[in-house]
Amino acid sequence: MNYQWNWGVFLQPSATGDDTYLGWMLSGFKMTITLSLSAWLIALLLGALVGVLRTVPNKLLAGIATGYVELFRNVPLLVQLFIWYFVLPELLPAAIGTAYKQSNPVLQQFSAAMICLGLFTSARVAEQVRAGINSLPKGQKNAGLALGLTLAQTYRHVMLPMAFRLVVPPLTSEFLNIFKNSAVCSTIGLLELAAQGRQLVDYTAQPFESFIAVTVSYVIINVTVMTLMHRFERRIAVPGYIGGK
Amino acid sequence: MIKIANVSKHYGAFQVLSECSTSVSKGEVVVVCGPSGSGKSTLIKCVNGLEPFQSGEIIVNGTSVGDPKTNLPKLRAGVGMVFQNFELFPHMSITENLAIAQLKVLGRSTEEAMDKGLKLLERVGLKAQADKFPGQLSGGQQQRVAIARALAMDPICMLFDEPTSALDPEMVNEVLDVMTELAQEGMTMMCVTHEMGFARRVAHRVIFMDQGRIVEDDDKEAFFANPRAERAQQFLAKILHH
Amino acid sequence: MYEFDWSSIPGALPFLWDGMKITLEITVQAIVIGIVWGTLLAMMRLSSIKPLSWFAAGYVNLFRAVPLVMVLLWFFLIVPKFIETLFNFPPGADLRLSSAMMGFALFESAYYSEIIRAGIQSVPKGQVAAAYALGMNYRQAMRLVILPQAFRNMIPLLLTQAIILFQDTSLVYVSALADFFGAAYKVGDRDGRLVELLLFAGAVYFVICFSVSRLVKHFQNKYHPA
Repeated sequence: MNYQWNWGVFLQPSATGDDTYLGWMLSGFKMTITLSLSAWLIALLLGALVGVLRTVPNKLLAGIATGYVELFRNVPLLVQLFIWYFVLPELLPAAIGTAYKQSNPVLQQFSAAMICLGLFTSARVAEQVRAGINSLPKGQKNAGLALGLTLAQTYRHVMLPMAFRLVVPPLTSEFLNIFKNSAVCSTIGLLELAAQGRQLVDYTAQPFESFIAVTVSYVIINVTVMTLMHRFERRIAVPGYIGGK
Repeated sequence: MIKIANVSKHYGAFQVLSECSTSVSKGEVVVVCGPSGSGKSTLIKCVNGLEPFQSGEIIVNGTSVGDPKTNLPKLRAGVGMVFQNFELFPHMSITENLAIAQLKVLGRSTEEAMDKGLKLLERVGLKAQADKFPGQLSGGQQQRVAIARALAMDPICMLFDEPTSALDPEMVNEVLDVMTELAQEGMTMMCVTHEMGFARRVAHRVIFMDQGRIVEDDDKEAFFANPRAERAQQFLAKILHH
Repeated sequence: MYEFDWSSIPGALPFLWDGMKITLEITVQAIVIGIVWGTLLAMMRLSSIKPLSWFAAGYVNLFRAVPLVMVLLWFFLIVPKFIETLFNFPPGADLRLSSAMMGFALFESAYYSEIIRAGIQSVPKGQVAAAYALGMNYRQAMRLVILPQAFRNMIPLLLTQAIILFQDTSLVYVSALADFFGAAYKVGDRDGRLVELLLFAGAVYFVICFSVSRLVKHFQNKYHPA
């Protein structure tokens, strides 16, 4: 094996001249974080809403929510991404579609990626929220209603705060997934971490260093998120219950 | 106060309640007993509309429970209920448990709700636990808090759904004592329970249910002296030898 | 408004079917390797021999921290070069596709291993004690008592993971393997009918995954009534 290791490559000016290769890495890192966090916001809001709807007595609302979850769970992420990026602009009314296609390409890539990741993950979040609500003892809902709270108040004050605590651990793993899944968006040309890694291989001829640096970056994201979520879990633990004091 | 007339309920082909009729007047304490699966818990949950029923009528303080136009939250706010598994809200402290419905349903001020809550906690002997969480209390303590939570709404009557069945034996009495005191103060009470000692001491009437029917509905004295229904006799014999 | 034209699909069906065969091949291969290697990893992880347990923990945690896309790129771009120089392969041999397929299976094994570990741990401890009390050794206890119970408990989860894995195969797109998705994309690109082909591919994946997940649910209700 006569591979020439050269970690100094990251400090060299990049092929385009305006930055170092380390700068490329960092911009990819930033893109991955920005994309994942904004998609996570969408996923949490929509997922919580759809998850709650799946448990309400109204058959029509629950049915619509179920359809939503099934649709986004049974089509691969890559296919969904391509549909958002290549198909949707064609199906929009001509004026909007053209305006979109003439906008900044990075904006196009980013918006498709964010919506795609957000909706894809929201279906998974919804499943966790539903499972959390369903795992509450049935008596809790009755106790809320028996006190004269309306169904909406019972959800808001009794069931959701407890269900929310129950779903934090499974949501942590969905949160980790969104960072990993964001790498799929390199396929539409969005220059996030994985795409920058690939570019580095092409430009530097130092494939090992490039890929190790990118892989380590993902591990760092993973460990950081896990540590933060673990702390958060401890803060919201209910005294006298599992995980509480 | 509570009038139940010809109430029937079924899940598919399974008849849970058939043609149940009885009434509870103001200040009366009625104990409902019977073997498990006899429909007694279902019946008591029909009274505040937690369980829907297909036919018959239940009137609580002049309001029909089954009427779709009835404001159920309003009706329930005036009817206290205590559950088998306490059902305190685990993520709220004891005082928050006592306050939440006072604030959100009755629209009381925080100060008023806290005040009322603490008074009732003192009454059930748990003032020292005010800032703890439900998971940190024993079962008996939790159930006393649950009674206080129901009382905080100033209910016109109280429903008890097997309030001592989930408790360890040594904790049953602390809960029964609170219930006895309530009865002596003239609270209207409907209690599903197997505690025949409680029924003997406190109840005015005893209802015995079997297979979804009310088979015996009698004064306490008559019930214990000479139950007419054969099933009730067997049930009493079994309970006594327990 | 966009005008749909589905006419390029019928003629492309044989080509798409070839792609589907590759997708299924990758799926089956990854499931088999995933379950076998995943079981070994789970047993190592639970083993009292520390180095084995550390190795398994490191393997699983590493693969679960890294995106599948990255793993596929490693095994498509880097690993083949490494092997070629290490073993002096003739320059003509193209290892890249088999390497990518192997990378996919190794990645999925990490996820299977976690499911299997949970399954093994779900078997009550008394069962191991009872097996040992009957004079069985470790291998016998595992093979005859623990694993059969563990796998029975895990069947729904293993099948659900298989559906996820089937969807994951579309990512071999980054390694230029002509799986079903890759085939659909090529046809769409060639005929300028990307919209129709992508929607068609999405529908096919949906129908397959939805039907299989219904089957899993049916199976679950039948054998584990709630």
